[in-house]
Amino acid sequence: MVDAIVIPLVKIVVVLNATLVAVTYMVLLERKVIAWAQSRLGPMRVGPYGILQPIADAVKLMIKEDITPNRADRWVFTAAPIISMVPALIVYAVIPFGPEISMFGRKVSLYITDINVGLLYVVSVASVGVYGIILAGYASNSKFPLLASLRASAQLISYEVAVTLTLVSVILMAGTLSMVGIVNAQYNQRVWFIFVQPLAFAFVLIGGLAETNRAPFDLPEAEQELTGGFHTEYSGMRFALFFLAEYANMIVVSSVVTTLFLGGWLRPFPNTTHLFGIIPLRPLDFVPSWIWFFLKSFAFLYLFIWVRATLPRYRYDQLMRLGWKVLIPLAIVNLVVTGIVKVLLL
Amino acid sequence: MAEAVAFYFLSACILGFAVLVITTRDTVHSVLFLVLDFLFVAALYVLLGAQFLAAIQILVYAGGIVVLYLFVVMLVNLKRPPEAHHDPHRRTGWGFALSMAVLVELAAVGAYSYARPAPPLAAAGTPAMPVTGNTEQVGWLLYTSYLIPFEIASILLLVAMIGAIVLAKREL
Repeated sequence: MVDAIVIPLVKIVVVLNATLVAVTYMVLLERKVIAWAQSRLGPMRVGPYGILQPIADAVKLMIKEDITPNRADRWVFTAAPIISMVPALIVYAVIPFGPEISMFGRKVSLYITDINVGLLYVVSVASVGVYGIILAGYASNSKFPLLASLRASAQLISYEVAVTLTLVSVILMAGTLSMVGIVNAQYNQRVWFIFVQPLAFAFVLIGGLAETNRAPFDLPEAEQELTGGFHTEYSGMRFALFFLAEYANMIVVSSVVTTLFLGGWLRPFPNTTHLFGIIPLRPLDFVPSWIWFFLKSFAFLYLFIWVRATLPRYRYDQLMRLGWKVLIPLAIVNLVVTGIVKVLLL
Repeated sequence: MAEAVAFYFLSACILGFAVLVITTRDTVHSVLFLVLDFLFVAALYVLLGAQFLAAIQILVYAGGIVVLYLFVVMLVNLKRPPEAHHDPHRRTGWGFALSMAVLVELAAVGAYSYARPAPPLAAAGTPAMPVTGNTEQVGWLLYTSYLIPFEIASILLLVAMIGAIVLAKREL
């Protein structure tokens, strides 16, 4: 009873709340980091160093007027933010934040569930998230959102193909689709997959930027040309849902990249006790496994923001060319080479 | 018991949404019902213990193919009802005959499999699978018992791909 229902429920509540808090603070972090990159201070007024800014933002968005345009497709207009938010949240069901640990005399795993098609689950749920953006653009019945949603659907389909093909070579290395299994495979093979699959790592990172609509691939919401893109007609909390979904997806991409390429919850050099035979690594074991996971994911989140502050936006045809003519062929080559090497050497 | 309830609920949803797909006036809504239909079919796969198929169903159909449908439907203005004009190329008699033939074939297949249920896999001479796990078993079966159908399907897809390229490119 306790193991079957209570513990999973507690885990779901903790993960969902942690995600939503993390997402609101991601917004603050992004504003701060971009401000530092541009020699500004960023938000400073609400609380010390603007630390309470997300709460002020949330209150503002909740009490704002919620407008539905007259000519909008009412049902789809209402459903679109929900459709983009739900997949972004249910992906967290399979993300392993840590191994099984004992807590209060019970064995508790630091992930909600471990299904044998974990990675496929992540990819397929993420592919459903596209509908939120497409439908928002369509239902608004307005020019700019429609253009943005057409861009978004083309972009997401193209990059999904590249990323999924790339992930297959990681699956080949691990020999399993389970997220926990992939981390364990990295432990057993004594190497993080970033060192054996550097190309795959780069492709998944680029594809992740494109699939979360982040700069330099943020064409669906390009402010200068599309006045905000697919969420132009949205206001109040519904607009906030799109925003939250985008940041939740960023965290998902960071977590997945961490799990697949950086050994998930494993500490650096997980199999050795002494680096080069002299530097003792035992003290690292005192850091809980989930801290390692969060540190690694945070590095990627920071990278996402850093990229946004640094790189100019791609042009649309450049984006499509990169996806179809560079990433997909290279992903196939990577897959074939991985297969050959795996058969010949292992 | 719970399984039966879940099965009938899912089946009812699948059939209901399928009817909505073809009766809805608004084309975009129709495509959306199709997505819902695919999601419930995936749920049915999960109920049958075929998690791999369920994930692939969502990834390929709900997440890939239907997005392309939506793409096309949104670009074409279908708000206008179709005009009742006479199509000189329409062959109603042939169409009727063909659909009757398909119906008879389906009924024959149904009757045949009802009369002679397929033997379980182990009895059909399939070697015992050395692998466990849903994905591994699907892969194992595809590369042993069903190798030839699998290859034929691949060739069919290749032909379709080449056909699409030839149609899309005016000059090669």
